[in-house]
Amino acid sequence: MSILVIAEHDNSAVNAATLNTVAAAKAIGGDVTLLVAGLDCASAAEAAAKVEGVAKVLVADDAAYQYQLAEAMGDLVAELGKDYGHILAPATTTGKDFLPRAAALLDVNMISEIISVVSADTFTRPIYAGNAIATVQTSDSIKVATVRATGFDPVSAEGGSASVETVSAISDKGISAFVGEELAKSDRPELTAASIVISGGRGMQNGENFEMLYKLADKLGAAVGASRAAVDAGFVPNDMQVGQTGKIVAPDLYVAVGISGAIQHLAGMKDSKVIVAINKDEEAPIFQVADYGLVADLFEAIPELESKV
Amino acid sequence: MLTSLLKIHLIDGESMKILVAVKRVIDYNVKVRVKADNTDVDLANVKMAMNPFCEIAVEEAVRLKEKGVATEIVVVSIGPKVAQEQIRTSLALGADRGILVETEEKLESLTVAKILKAIVDKEQPQLVILGKQSIDNDNNQTGQMLGALTGMAQGTFASEVVVEGDKVNVTREIDSGLRTVGLTLPAIVTSDLRLNEPRYASLPNIMKAKRKPLEVVTTSDLGVEVKSTQTLVKVTPPAERSAGIKVASVDELVEKLKNEAKVL
Repeated sequence: MSILVIAEHDNSAVNAATLNTVAAAKAIGGDVTLLVAGLDCASAAEAAAKVEGVAKVLVADDAAYQYQLAEAMGDLVAELGKDYGHILAPATTTGKDFLPRAAALLDVNMISEIISVVSADTFTRPIYAGNAIATVQTSDSIKVATVRATGFDPVSAEGGSASVETVSAISDKGISAFVGEELAKSDRPELTAASIVISGGRGMQNGENFEMLYKLADKLGAAVGASRAAVDAGFVPNDMQVGQTGKIVAPDLYVAVGISGAIQHLAGMKDSKVIVAINKDEEAPIFQVADYGLVADLFEAIPELESKV
Repeated sequence: MLTSLLKIHLIDGESMKILVAVKRVIDYNVKVRVKADNTDVDLANVKMAMNPFCEIAVEEAVRLKEKGVATEIVVVSIGPKVAQEQIRTSLALGADRGILVETEEKLESLTVAKILKAIVDKEQPQLVILGKQSIDNDNNQTGQMLGALTGMAQGTFASEVVVEGDKVNVTREIDSGLRTVGLTLPAIVTSDLRLNEPRYASLPNIMKAKRKPLEVVTTSDLGVEVKSTQTLVKVTPPAERSAGIKVASVDELVEKLKNEAKVL
């Protein structure tokens, strides 16, 4: 059976989560087709054709897919997906938005955020904010799942030579429209792709104090994240949130600064290879998952750390 | 004749019904434990509550009613008889009436969406608000599936909802920031954490809620076939992460990260 993977891209390049999702498809086994739906997305399609292990690229290039709105994407994926055994998308806010819609149009259930492939019809996924891991088997004729990037090592972005085929657009029903966006502007690496992540919590006290973390991050080539408490308090924007309902990260090094370590935060970072916690409260739960804990005032420790790395 | 036409106009133009779906789940403060036989998590004698995202959905509907945008709020829950508690809570927060679709079965998202579709067909709401996910299964599917089945547009992971005429603008929390979409009503919204901060129900409102109508129906009343395609093979605890060591200084931390962990 063949597998349809929906690429996440910005119309010019495919993003990293796509490579993890193709890796999940390879673990299932079968020919992998990548769908690139966008507007003026020829270069994204070209990049998709080079991804390791991809046999075919489908391109839907139409204004209806410019912002990958769920209504148009759901219709397209359901229409193209009916001939496949599996349909996979990255578990990003885009994939989570349109894939359940496509599954319902195909009259099948969906499995969210798989972290491993047991067999072609059986997968594992975290439930209860990662406090339990469920092994789920599906009898659906088309198996639809979103893939959590941290569960799969990415395939190479190079080395493939897939054929590229254009598909015609499905008519846009016109019930939804893009109005505007406020996007984070940062020269630092993406949170989910960075090998080092430094996150601040309520202990940072305000947004200005995050400057300390940015300076340290720039020295280490790291991304900067935050706990829900810091985002709720308005210190930093929502796209920096690490946790159950924010981003799931698993870098080589995660430094939690002034973060107490609520279950919901741990759900987003506990698969990191090395965890460092800096907190003045030695009873903070974050120390229970940290490889290296430093009980200290972050306002002294962070500038010192910055000067010594 | 003229008066009846006028009435129809008023109903079409100025009344807005909101349907809110709420789920009874484990209380978010409870530490979840996996059963010793690995068949599921242990929910025996565990405190249950309304899913936090659903509470936010109810609150948003109540605020829309307080602003004069909505005229009626109907709350639906699908679950066992005791799920009436979560409907009563919603009524105490300001919803007008409740519907319990009573079932003892554990339902998959597609079936839940089909049941909600049947309720939507009956109630004809202009706006349906759901939580973006429930904190038990963490599926994040039902609102989107309901969108597919009803043909309505969807605004998922909402942090702001503004109704203007026959449209709703929904600001969504996305990985790269915030995005606003404009949807034609009727439409579906799923709530994210920062949409609002739910209020507490006051004692008089809790008392009043007891007298608000609550209808109980079954899936067969609604003509929905309960079908299951997923088997829970096993449930295991996640890999434990043991606490490491405490370092005494920044110098020691840097030394360990360089020479022991080799990540710097």
